[in-house]
Amino acid sequence: MKPKVAFYWCASCGGCEEAVVDLDEDILKVVAAVDIVFWPVALDFKEKDVGAMPQGGIDICFINGAVRTTEQQRMALLLRAKAKVVVAFGACAQLGGIPALANLTTAAEILQEVNHTEQAEGLPRLFDSVFPLDRIIPVEYYIPGCPPTPRIILAAIEALLAGQAPSLSDHALCDECPRKDTRPPDLLLPQLHRIPHYALDPETCILAQGVPCLGPATRAGCEARCIGGNMPCTGCFGPTSRVRDFGAKALSALASVVAATEEKEIDTVFENLPDPAGTFYRYSLPVGRGLPPAAARRGRPTTTGEPYGNHT
Amino acid sequence: MSERDGLRIGVYVCHCGTNIAGTVDVRAVAESAAALPGVAVSRDYKYMCSDPGQDLIRQDIQKFGLNRIVVAACSPHLHEHTFRTATRTGGLNEFYFQMVNIREQDSWVHEHKGAATRKAIDLVRAAARRVARHRALEKSRTPIHPAVLVVGGGIAGIHAALTLANAGKHVYLVEREPSIGGHMAKFDKTFPTLDCAACILTPKMSAVKNHPNITLWTYSEVTAVEGYIGNYKATIARRPRYIDEDLCAGCLECIDACVFRQAKVPDEFNEDLSRRKPIYVPFPQAVPLVPVIDPEACIEFHSHKCKKTCVTACGERHAVNLRAEEKLERIDIGSIVLATGFRAYDARRSANYGYGVYPNVYTALEVERLINASGPTAGEVVLRDGRTPQTVGIVHCVGSRDENTNRWCSRVCCMYSLKLAHLVKERTGAEVFNFYIDMRTPGKGFEEFYQKLLSERVHFVRGRVAEVTDWALDSSEEGRLVIRVEDTLAGLFRRIPVDMVILSTGLEPQPDAGDVRRLFNISSSPEGFFLERHPKLAPVNTFTEGVLLAGCCQGPKDIPDTVAQAGAAAAEALALIDAGSVETDPNTAYVMEEACSGCKTCVPLCPYHAISFAQAARKAEINQALCKGCGTCVAACPSSSIGQNLFEDDEIFEESEGLLAYA
Repeated sequence: MKPKVAFYWCASCGGCEEAVVDLDEDILKVVAAVDIVFWPVALDFKEKDVGAMPQGGIDICFINGAVRTTEQQRMALLLRAKAKVVVAFGACAQLGGIPALANLTTAAEILQEVNHTEQAEGLPRLFDSVFPLDRIIPVEYYIPGCPPTPRIILAAIEALLAGQAPSLSDHALCDECPRKDTRPPDLLLPQLHRIPHYALDPETCILAQGVPCLGPATRAGCEARCIGGNMPCTGCFGPTSRVRDFGAKALSALASVVAATEEKEIDTVFENLPDPAGTFYRYSLPVGRGLPPAAARRGRPTTTGEPYGNHT
Repeated sequence: MSERDGLRIGVYVCHCGTNIAGTVDVRAVAESAAALPGVAVSRDYKYMCSDPGQDLIRQDIQKFGLNRIVVAACSPHLHEHTFRTATRTGGLNEFYFQMVNIREQDSWVHEHKGAATRKAIDLVRAAARRVARHRALEKSRTPIHPAVLVVGGGIAGIHAALTLANAGKHVYLVEREPSIGGHMAKFDKTFPTLDCAACILTPKMSAVKNHPNITLWTYSEVTAVEGYIGNYKATIARRPRYIDEDLCAGCLECIDACVFRQAKVPDEFNEDLSRRKPIYVPFPQAVPLVPVIDPEACIEFHSHKCKKTCVTACGERHAVNLRAEEKLERIDIGSIVLATGFRAYDARRSANYGYGVYPNVYTALEVERLINASGPTAGEVVLRDGRTPQTVGIVHCVGSRDENTNRWCSRVCCMYSLKLAHLVKERTGAEVFNFYIDMRTPGKGFEEFYQKLLSERVHFVRGRVAEVTDWALDSSEEGRLVIRVEDTLAGLFRRIPVDMVILSTGLEPQPDAGDVRRLFNISSSPEGFFLERHPKLAPVNTFTEGVLLAGCCQGPKDIPDTVAQAGAAAAEALALIDAGSVETDPNTAYVMEEACSGCKTCVPLCPYHAISFAQAARKAEINQALCKGCGTCVAACPSSSIGQNLFEDDEIFEESEGLLAYA
């Protein structure tokens, strides 16, 4: 019997779903090898169909996106109950991702600011914070990336179908970066540049050119695709397994090479980095040990007045 | 390691007599520790550092099969080594040990017994959590190269060099000026015994020159230092003096022969009170007694049209070489003594005292030269116009103890001011006034010297001088300098007209002390003097192993203290050399080679230049002998691929969580 596979998305842009489709011909191999039992974005299954499945009725469940609403929490819990293996798929499920930048403010403020409204009755409620998947349910494996690259998806699926853990690189990106050797060992940057205002040389280490590149802090495995497109690494693969706070490490990697030593000079240099939280914690705001303590340490999904269980 | 894996911790809480037990309920701490996971035995004991206390650890290791030890006692600075040794001799790796400081960081700084006890309990819990994560580590040994580099040829450097050389060690003595001798060579007499400075210094200077174990390089500077304790490599740039030291016989005929019939260049050694020729020896007893040519002043270096009478005078010796170039010497040494001295405060900075404005205002060093028999006036104290002063005012604390200039006491000025008062009075019969804030004479024979001066009818006015002015208010002040001062003992403002003012300038770090500090990788205190490792327990050591301090580069001091410190520095160097090798703690950082991505973030951050980028592996590499375990690279590594022995992430997080577990 073919293994039963489910896909689900929570708070995400849809890019992770797109990435699966982007496997091109390889998707046919996957489809041939498995039995897809749930994939709302592509196939017409309903929540009640999942509910009707027996426990363990799903062999592997890929969930992408962060958990933002009560509905996403309910679906995550339901899929967890039915699946033998849950894989957090992509940066949002793994680390919170872009949606989790909402943790810099509160749900109520966002609704006021953007929609000029309050939480509507009858719709899923927003949590105060956005959570990575493993804050809601236990997760067996993680596939990093915004979105995961075709190679890493295929390798992970093949490993999982063979009953093995998907293997990830535990180096930082510089290890596989084609520009690695062009970084001088004593790099000191007199100033930082912003990409729209700077013509990047396509051969030289991007950080060495003064454009913030998070490669030194980011897990390798993406084949340095952004670098290949002459764009800096923004850290979507998250940290290596040894790091406890990605943003702090990414900040450290950049701050270590800024030449300025006086506070005033430092301020001037960092004027070209107008969004520090969005730069260093772009994908990992809720999982850091350092920032921001309230949202990161709260750990328990709550909406006003509603108590929720916690798997831990 | 966890309890399940057979974790067996022994916890020992020290009373330290009443030092700890007076404020901390040690019994309660031991009882609370007994209930912690993994703790097999927990005790309190009167003096853990005593032999029976250490035996307790050794016996318990055997009796209870302990595999981790925690001692809650004093600062690790004091007894970490003791208890690590006890752990080792008890049969465990000595790094399966963690020390908790419940004295300096608890009982001594708190009064409330309950709170102090709770703090001790928390600290012990943290240590018990931490020690479970400890790993077995090995110490390493580094061999010590037996040669020593002494930087600075003043009395400190001279004494250190001779002590080492007499003990049979090879010494490289490097001096920036053309002669060794330093400031002491400028003095006529030394306080409080008034013995002649030259008589005690010059024999030591020639001993340096003639010592088979000393390589003396004057007119030279250290330009690069690399390596680590026991294995330093230094580069010394030897500036050309244009007279070959090996060929010169010291006849000085070249100086007589110089086309400059008159000496025209201000003589630095005489504080510019006299003139010298472009070719000169700084002073008659200079070591080496080899002339030097000042290329700024010598016309051959400007016009190339000099008759070069110096070359002719030298004749067959051919010692004068006007084409000489800078030479670099590279040496291997095991330790370094820094004796780079001080500079005198620039009296111009205290504008209210008129130095540089009124010709009859002198600095103390200028007067030292005037008094010196080999000085510009052959020992006569006369004013610039040739008159002998009838009245002299000595202003203390110029550039010392002053919020506007330097806040520290320069320690020597009171005594040298007394000395100058005595000598000036002796040579001129002048009436001498001392203007002081406090008389500081805390040295052997110093107070007696002060009493002697009091009996010599020298005047002492207690008060900081407000101003030295030539603005006369009546005929008695006409043509003289007026010292305006509040006499705080008499309780009135005074105007005292004098013929000569001597400013007792303080001692400052050398202007390039910051460069020297960086070159040798040591620290400075805020004012710029080099920082000793510990003011009491390691006063001549620095935080860089194998780099030692002597003399005023570490802080103002007089000649006896300087010589004592130089001797101590030499003894420390000897101790290193005779030990043959040094044991180093393994609290170093290491690169997890498998994990390192080769991003090079860490490479330039290391303050000790211990990290290099291995081109073959394309990964960072830490030289364990150079690493001081500061943790900079560990914190900075963006992929957490650098760990640090004794300070691993998991050890620190366990400790923090243990500390906060009360919540």
